[in-house]
Amino acid sequence: MLAHLINGISLGSIYAIIALGYTMVYGIAKMLNFAHGDVIMVGGYVSFCSMMYLGLPAPVAILAAVFVCTVLGIVVERLAYKPLRAATSLAVLITAIGMSYFLQNAALLIWGANPKAFPNMFKNIEAIEFAGARVSPVAIVSIVANLIIMIALTLFTTRTKVGKAMRAVSEDKGAATLMGINVNFTISLTFAIGSGLAAIAGVLLCTAYPTLMPTTGSMPGIKAFTAAVFGGIGSIPGAMIGGILLGIIEILARAYISSELADAIVFGVLIVVLIFRPTGLLGKQVHEKV
Amino acid sequence: MKMIKNASTASKKAFINYGIVIVFFVVFQTLVSTGNITSALKGQLIPITCYMIMAISLNLVVGISGELSLGHAGFMSVGAFTAVIVSSLMDGASNPARLLVSIIVGAITAAIAGFLIGIPVLRLNGDYLAIVTLAFGEIIKNILNCLYVGIDDKGVHFAFNNPNALGMDPLGKVIINGPMGAVGISKIATFSGAVILLMVILIIIQNLVNSRTGRAIMAIRDNRIAAESMGLSPMKYKMLAFTVSASMAGAAGAVYALNYSTLVPKKFDFNTSILVLVFVVLGGIGNMTGSLIAAGVLVVLPELLRKFSDYRMLVYAIVLILVMLVTNNEKLKGKIDTFLKKFRMNISKGGRKK
Repeated sequence: MLAHLINGISLGSIYAIIALGYTMVYGIAKMLNFAHGDVIMVGGYVSFCSMMYLGLPAPVAILAAVFVCTVLGIVVERLAYKPLRAATSLAVLITAIGMSYFLQNAALLIWGANPKAFPNMFKNIEAIEFAGARVSPVAIVSIVANLIIMIALTLFTTRTKVGKAMRAVSEDKGAATLMGINVNFTISLTFAIGSGLAAIAGVLLCTAYPTLMPTTGSMPGIKAFTAAVFGGIGSIPGAMIGGILLGIIEILARAYISSELADAIVFGVLIVVLIFRPTGLLGKQVHEKV
Repeated sequence: MKMIKNASTASKKAFINYGIVIVFFVVFQTLVSTGNITSALKGQLIPITCYMIMAISLNLVVGISGELSLGHAGFMSVGAFTAVIVSSLMDGASNPARLLVSIIVGAITAAIAGFLIGIPVLRLNGDYLAIVTLAFGEIIKNILNCLYVGIDDKGVHFAFNNPNALGMDPLGKVIINGPMGAVGISKIATFSGAVILLMVILIIIQNLVNSRTGRAIMAIRDNRIAAESMGLSPMKYKMLAFTVSASMAGAAGAVYALNYSTLVPKKFDFNTSILVLVFVVLGGIGNMTGSLIAAGVLVVLPELLRKFSDYRMLVYAIVLILVMLVTNNEKLKGKIDTFLKKFRMNISKGGRKK
């Protein structure tokens, strides 16, 4: 039971890191970035290539993945989303879907359809015995990474000038512009941070579940998006709570009920939560004015 | 005939759509009978028609009722797998009768699913509603992945998550086999049957949209509070649109299923829902003509791009992005001129060329 719980928290931590990207981009650009899941996949492939083909050590591979994904995030935003800043949200959604197709098919052309076995970065580290449960090193790393990222992001958005600018833009774009905030830069920065986090999540995900395919990112992407909604989209602590709860529910459902139905149960819980709290666990309730 | 006499702009538009369907049918039927069609494209005719039905039925929810649904393929799969069971049960009856009954039962089952799902879904708004429809689509797929159905002399046997629980005669036949999906489906769907269904559904949608009910649905879409103060019940009308749309997706799914000999639940996943949504958005939200054309063109496009072989899905993605960028920037040009000046100043030249 404890082992399942820890596995759940570790999977949930990965979801939470991905969900942060969704939630920040949603908060600031009011768009669902469907291509976010595929950035995870790109991150996975970049770290895979740096380790397997270039023979780089794991930490350098992770940095390479973060760098490539950050650049990718900025480029995607500049090319595809920025021209549509004033368009309807549906148009942006479809463009994001197009971008998701593009990244998947580009990966398919570059790396092929065959699944790649992701190397285990923690080969030399033994699984740790913890209160009678065996905990894999990647689980601990995921949880720690999640905590660090969460604290760093909270400090960043509340203490730094750029972070405050980010919150101002998500609150009111027009007013932020009047206050001298560079909205375009802030949005690009949000995409950069989100994509960099996606790269980290990609490496963690591929280490925990070592098959890498062009479609690797899509299901975790959808689930992380669900986690973001679950916790209240736009809220950073919400993404963390949503992600971890989702991970725990998924692992417990897989262990005790049915692995086939685990996803259905995850989505079922989301629906129940949204019925009773229509804006998610930590979402702000916005009252409609006539 | 009565409709032609008092033809308003709305019904003129409707007749354009009927015309498109008839031309589509005549052209391809001629191509098939004269043999001037590649076998790949010929095999796509029934799926294209089904996707057209999916597109116009989703347009009823997204365009007319104004709710973003990301789980439309779920209803299609409900209709599809119901149709497989019904058509297997009617083994021995004439093919058109089997097809007709399968479509009707498929549509009814999908309507029930739509109604039940609509109760929680329609209480939500905007992106939350979208994510819940997505969730339901995935739930339906997962449940169908666990469904086992068999037929023997005693009738139909159902089992959930355990194929051994079917408890059938040794002579019985398993027709739905969990994640392996439906097997040994009799391929009774015909192109003309599919087009007739498309026509019937188009007539229902056009008349619904141009009726008092349709105007009520659109009023709620445009301003829910104002419509509510006029005495319209948002829940009732949204539910109506959602259920009707679900039942149409079920009917499309029935025809789609009976065109293949095997069918897996995975076929109707999130990507299929998104594909249909792409048809609706590219065709123009709320515009049935656009949905029909977009569904037709976009199903055929990957086929036409076959000479690019490996690159075709990549090209498809690029075309999709470019179309979105171009159309949405031009809309701005026409509509918001003053805004455009600001837009021009802000936007980098590289971005606008796209």
